[in-house]
Amino acid sequence: MPRETKIVIKDFNFYYQSSQALRNISLTIHPREIFAIFGPAGSGKTTLLKSLNRLTDLIFGTRHTGTIFLDGADIHGPQLSLTHLRRRIGMVFDLPTPLPLSVFDNVAYGPKLSGTTQKRRLAEIVEKALRAAVLWEEVKDRLHTSALRLSGGQQQRLCIARILALEPEVLLLDNPCSGLDPISTASIEATLGELKKEYTIVLVPHTVQQASRVADRAGFFLNGEVVEEGPVYQVFARPKDKRTEDYVTGKFG
Amino acid sequence: MIMEIKEKIIEKILLLVALSSIAVLALITFFIFQQGLPLIWKIGPKAFILGQQWIPSKGLFGIFPMIVSSFLVTIGALALGIPLGLACTIFLCEWSPPAVGTVLRPAIQLLAAIPSVIYGFWGLIVLVPLVRNYLGGPGLSILSGSVILGFMILPTIISISEDSLKALPPTYKAGALAMGATHWQTIWRVMIPAARSGIVASIILGMGRAIGETMAMIMILGNAVKMPSSFLDSARTLTTNIGIEMGYASGAHRQALFATGVILFIIIMLLNSLAIFLSRRRTG
Amino acid sequence: MVYRTRYITQGIAKVLIWIAALSTIGVMILILFQVLAEGLPVLHLRFFLDPPKSMGREGGILPTIIGTFALTVVAILFATPLGVGTAIFLREYTRESRISRLIRFGTDCLAGVPSIIFGLFGFVFFVIFLNMGWSILSGGLTVAAMILPTIISTAEEAIKGIPPSYREVSYSLGGTRWQTVTHTILPSALPGICTGILLSVGRSIGETAAVILTAGSSLLMPTSLFSPIRTMSVHFYILAREGISIEMAYGTGAALILLVLLVNTVANWLLNRYIRRRA
Repeated sequence: MPRETKIVIKDFNFYYQSSQALRNISLTIHPREIFAIFGPAGSGKTTLLKSLNRLTDLIFGTRHTGTIFLDGADIHGPQLSLTHLRRRIGMVFDLPTPLPLSVFDNVAYGPKLSGTTQKRRLAEIVEKALRAAVLWEEVKDRLHTSALRLSGGQQQRLCIARILALEPEVLLLDNPCSGLDPISTASIEATLGELKKEYTIVLVPHTVQQASRVADRAGFFLNGEVVEEGPVYQVFARPKDKRTEDYVTGKFG
Repeated sequence: MIMEIKEKIIEKILLLVALSSIAVLALITFFIFQQGLPLIWKIGPKAFILGQQWIPSKGLFGIFPMIVSSFLVTIGALALGIPLGLACTIFLCEWSPPAVGTVLRPAIQLLAAIPSVIYGFWGLIVLVPLVRNYLGGPGLSILSGSVILGFMILPTIISISEDSLKALPPTYKAGALAMGATHWQTIWRVMIPAARSGIVASIILGMGRAIGETMAMIMILGNAVKMPSSFLDSARTLTTNIGIEMGYASGAHRQALFATGVILFIIIMLLNSLAIFLSRRRTG
Repeated sequence: MVYRTRYITQGIAKVLIWIAALSTIGVMILILFQVLAEGLPVLHLRFFLDPPKSMGREGGILPTIIGTFALTVVAILFATPLGVGTAIFLREYTRESRISRLIRFGTDCLAGVPSIIFGLFGFVFFVIFLNMGWSILSGGLTVAAMILPTIISTAEEAIKGIPPSYREVSYSLGGTRWQTVTHTILPSALPGICTGILLSVGRSIGETAAVILTAGSSLLMPTSLFSPIRTMSVHFYILAREGISIEMAYGTGAALILLVLLVNTVANWLLNRYIRRRA
């Protein structure tokens, strides 16, 4: 019985000017799973993530071939507008990036831009998003203070709340725990466990161990290619490809 | 969909807005030339530029004395401005305590913002009598003008030269000092030559400002239309020629003033293009 | 022996440089102080509130203050949207291309045009061709053209200073380009833009050559944007050059200096606060 698919990447190649960053990527991501994309630095993981919500469009001189489907619709096609796509697929970057606004305004940014202006509705959305990101209790008394004053872990959860406020379907998390202390990392990993129940998550983990803790399926990226992919227990414990085995066991990194 | 159309419209509007500076430049060029060229053509460029007599009532329009005076005043200003400017730059960058710099730099910027008419006024009240009493002549002279103009272009020379010096890799200074050079030798033989193109650009920009200065020069240079024979003579520059007579000129006389503007415009554009070229080459 | 000569040279150079630098700055401060010293006694409330009498020999300078203010407002109102819009276009809507190079070249050239040429242009274009006559409007539009390059470059610097991550965040949250500009870029760039505006205000106040050819030199109170006016700097120039009243000239000059100093000090304060806030 074929499993439901959320995102289908088919023969996707990506070029920065003249160098090729992604080669023949073909992946399927299912709804409400955590898919980890792991591999050494520079292997194209961030590029793939940014291709999924077309943030790569912002960079000058890039080309691609192949297709990416969200719920069966081509994300580069006419059916899906760019702003709509980016609201359905939200992204958290590897460095916490609060906007120079208050906590409230940060979370309300997306909904405001998509047309929600009623104050009460915005307040509801903000609270719901902050609760889902497990940040509400810590900031509920200082919603209108500057977001720049939060700690690193809090800021990162704020970034998660920011995208949750748009009620997306897919979350792209590019190394969200990099630079965070172990306690913040643990709280974010716990949050991911909760979020998985509602959202599809594509995660670039900080370490291989994090992937094996948190993810359902994983794909090993090397030099812009998917070397192998499959359920986490298989990829990490019994990898089919030698390169995967070498990386997972720490022979290179 | 509506959103996308709105975005496209905004993009087009912004493009038009962005072309405004070029549009203004084009308009200026067009109108100045349109008003001034016919007269240059009628009299003949050689007669206009090289002619030494400016007598509007007789229809004689030669601007050579003005060109020479502009040149002399500018050279004089540079003779004062370059050494003093370099001295101040070196002082600011290398030879004063940092605290002095934090006070002086904003002070220099403030001085740059003082209107030129204030400088002209002071020159008229203080400098002109000084020149008249101690050096002779009417006081309203090229010398007085040069001095005031020299001070007026100092902030330009100082700030751009300072940027150039600061932009040098610190290894230049460290390397020279490590080889046993004195601080002064390092500055004079290593850093200044290395920052040469930026300093030259600042000088050319200062030159452009000097040639284009009008109000202060009207107040200080006097009004003599003949060819200057010494720095103590009164004179008219291209700019003061326009500024003094524009208020009451008409007909061919007015056209001749626009024609003066054409020549001035060309000179300044050439100078500024040179400066732009040099500074973009440096940062590019 | 050679060893010692180098240090002697340095010593001489150091002394010369100190003398040169300090005397230069001394002279410039002297200029300011002289005008202020002679002029401040003239500045009493009536000076600012009264119109001039007998061609400026007595009375006050009220019409010139109003004229200066009105002309500056017109100039800023026209130059700011054009300048900020240009900066937004250059930094957010294009990459380095032929169009952007052309625009920058035009802006740089415009910055180098002397004020008397702007005066000639303003006269033939606004006063005559567009039939606006000698007026606040003609003068204001001419000065707007003069300050446009300043606004463009300060706005560009301000926008350049915004971290690219802010843009990424805004786009990734579904913002369109214009929304990103209005909700993120402009608010963050605002202090820098205001600094540029203030610097241009200072320049507009002191501008004389272009103004005298386009706004006229009437001492009457202006009644509309089409009234001719005499700005403070033009009034100062006429008083000084025609020798009408040295006392009044000093007073007007002092008022001019104080105004320009005030505006520039606020601009610098804003700039420092903006830099400190970012750091």
